[in-house]
Amino acid sequence: MAGFPIRGGVHPDERKLTSDITIMRVPTPERLYLPLKQHIGAPAKPCRVPGEIIYKGALIARGQGNVSAHIHAPCSGYVEDIIDWPAPHPSGLPTKAMVVVNDGREIREDASVPVNPFFLRPEVIAERVAQSGIVGLGGATFPAAVKLTLGQSHRTPVLIINGCECEPYLTCDDRLMQERTHDVLDGIRILAQALNGPEVIIAIEENKPQAIDLMHKAAAPYGNIRVMPVPTRYPMGSEKQLIEFVTGREVPAGRLSADVGVMLHNAATAYAVNRAVREGKPLTSRVVTVAGEAVIRPGNYEVPVGMLISDLLAFCGLKEEPARMIMGGPMMGQAIPHAGIPVTKGCNGVLALGAAEVKRRVEHPCIRCASCVDACPMGLSPLTMASLLKRDKLDAAVEIGLKDCILCGSCSFACPSGIPLAHYFNYGKGELVSTAQQKQKDDEIKRLIQGRQIRMQRQEKEREEAMARRKAEIAARKAAQALKEAAEEPSEDSGKEVA
Amino acid sequence: MIIPPSSPHIAGPNNVQMVMLLVLLALTPGTMFGIYQFGWPALFLFLITVGSAVLFEAVCLKIAGKPVFPFCMDFSALLTGWLLAMTLPPWSPWWIGVLGSFCAIVIGKHVFGGIGQNPFNPAMLARTILLVSFPLEMTTWIAPRPFGTPASMDMADGWSITASGIPNLDAVSSASVLGHVRTEIGMGHQLPDILVSMYDPVASAVGSISGSLGETSAILFLLGGLFLILKRIITWHIPVALLGSVAMLAGIFHLIDPMRYADPLFHLFSGGLMLGAFFIATDPVTSPVSSLGKLIFGAGCGVLLFIIRNWGGYPEGMAFAVLLMNAATPLIDHYIKPRIYGHQGSAAWRFFRRMKRG
Repeated sequence: MAGFPIRGGVHPDERKLTSDITIMRVPTPERLYLPLKQHIGAPAKPCRVPGEIIYKGALIARGQGNVSAHIHAPCSGYVEDIIDWPAPHPSGLPTKAMVVVNDGREIREDASVPVNPFFLRPEVIAERVAQSGIVGLGGATFPAAVKLTLGQSHRTPVLIINGCECEPYLTCDDRLMQERTHDVLDGIRILAQALNGPEVIIAIEENKPQAIDLMHKAAAPYGNIRVMPVPTRYPMGSEKQLIEFVTGREVPAGRLSADVGVMLHNAATAYAVNRAVREGKPLTSRVVTVAGEAVIRPGNYEVPVGMLISDLLAFCGLKEEPARMIMGGPMMGQAIPHAGIPVTKGCNGVLALGAAEVKRRVEHPCIRCASCVDACPMGLSPLTMASLLKRDKLDAAVEIGLKDCILCGSCSFACPSGIPLAHYFNYGKGELVSTAQQKQKDDEIKRLIQGRQIRMQRQEKEREEAMARRKAEIAARKAAQALKEAAEEPSEDSGKEVA
Repeated sequence: MIIPPSSPHIAGPNNVQMVMLLVLLALTPGTMFGIYQFGWPALFLFLITVGSAVLFEAVCLKIAGKPVFPFCMDFSALLTGWLLAMTLPPWSPWWIGVLGSFCAIVIGKHVFGGIGQNPFNPAMLARTILLVSFPLEMTTWIAPRPFGTPASMDMADGWSITASGIPNLDAVSSASVLGHVRTEIGMGHQLPDILVSMYDPVASAVGSISGSLGETSAILFLLGGLFLILKRIITWHIPVALLGSVAMLAGIFHLIDPMRYADPLFHLFSGGLMLGAFFIATDPVTSPVSSLGKLIFGAGCGVLLFIIRNWGGYPEGMAFAVLLMNAATPLIDHYIKPRIYGHQGSAAWRFFRRMKRG
């Protein structure tokens, strides 16, 4: 079936050099650093104290609130400490992380009994997914169970499995689909079961013929599951674009994909769901593509969550000091300031790029060539938005669609003048968030101040009333006294007069 | 601490220098043919115009405190000078070229803040200033005298024409087709009679006619333009809308009164229409960014061109048409924008979408 055309997009050099390299398990290092926030939503709260002995797969931090995810121990050993550790963020600012020391014995916690997932009710599947701390493994890290519950309440007749992997370099989903085809497919079937049997479409970019072929064969016995090859074009793997391509529907601005009856899960998420629901194994490791010119042994590695990137790169070997290290793909991934940052659940790639791969471009003035307009998959005018943001006209930029920007970076990629357009939008969106937070804070302060004023006024009034009462009392007393005196005096006076 | 650069970490193959170079490449065949047609003076004028344009660019960059060499190496000034030279009468004196470059680069571009900031196409602005300031020099056309033919002149004579003007004007001058048609129509002659003596469709398309360098070989500029579309340097929208609207208007009026209005092919292959449609109106800086905006822009240029050619004060109106539409570009960009994903579009868009979905 041909898809519905999407707008814009670019064709970066694919560089998927690791698509034929078998997934390799990386030995768990001595220490793991598990940030408490590896997902969208509230950070998890530690439920083990430093010094406590834990087994592999044990719950060590509990998700908080409606949107959050549990964190489990990827090894057996003990919790050493809960410290501030650099987060996987360009700033490298520290966040709270649990340090787990590996005793190397791999003792598993007695996990829940393996079950046949196809005899489970949808809510139970969602519950087991939630218990396993699974988040969207494509990079968005939205808690998968929350999405499933949402899908159950919204009636989503279409489930799209995102196997596009449109970012250059990355091949981890490709390898998973090639090597563990049936596990991925079982995960997809479990997800379908959790959504009350929707129509399932597995979307895979045409540059992965083997994965398409294998998945197609595996899905053949199931009438409701089919594989759909999609054109190789960045950002085809973006949620909104893929939904449009597959279904022809657009997710209205500010709404969810569930509102148009579509649920989207990543292929790697499906694999994790299978392990979690079938075997009761929580999400403690993931497949990561390690690539880039600076790496000696690039490939796909099954890495325990919390392993430091420096440990991972030491395992893969470095030819040279990388010119730039990136967590994720080269289009949307984040450059990291140093390798002392742990692999998190959402990290699908670690790139150590050589100097030749990151050519620094001199920024030239915009010549209004409209390459960015043609490349934008969202139909925005990046050049206009960027020039407004340069002049700090945030409101005007929002008016022409800053909030609709998905930060895919197609505009920056296409720009012949080397203008970092996406960088401006990232900044603008950050400003929006901070102004919103500031506004919330201001409103809260205003509310408190108003409350205080009202309280003070009331107290003042009470005090005044009290004073008035006291005054009145005194006056009354005085008056009474005066009256009494007066009552006595006239008699004297009259007495005098009489006398 | 160094904050690492933000994504994306790779960049596409496009760069401004490459874009400009490809445009220059596409212009080269037509230009070489034009120079071949008009001999040494044309070559001298071309070199002077292009050279002075680059010189003015360097001076302006220096004054503005911008990096001179990297910005000069984007070839934009070279292209502006080149396009300007294409629109000048090939035997003009040297100072026309230098003054034109000054108007284009200094007044047309750097006064507004340099590359990307100019509201008007610099080459067209310069040509217009020259045309209204020096009407005689700017309308002195000569008949082609290709290199290697007996009529061509040697280098020294050629230089003396560029340096000190044409000695015996009446002996060499020749009206351009559009100018001639216009004069004759004004005198009450009928179009077919005029064209019989003067107009040869093949010569007009190939370019062995009098005119500026850019008004000669329509075919070569058409091919150059198609090359640019193929290379995705320009999109098809502006040229198609421009040529289409001219052809349509010409067709309608030709059907109404063939004695007075020429047929579409005459219009398409005469004057600087091909050069203008593919190389001048498509200047990204001064044209709209959206596809629909480009169509409107192109059609507007075409309509204005046709009006000026037939009823205006000048025989050829490419420069005026482009400048007027340049002025309308900010307005077009304000009102015509691509529809944003997930937002309601116009009624027309919704209809189209329903059709697409079936």
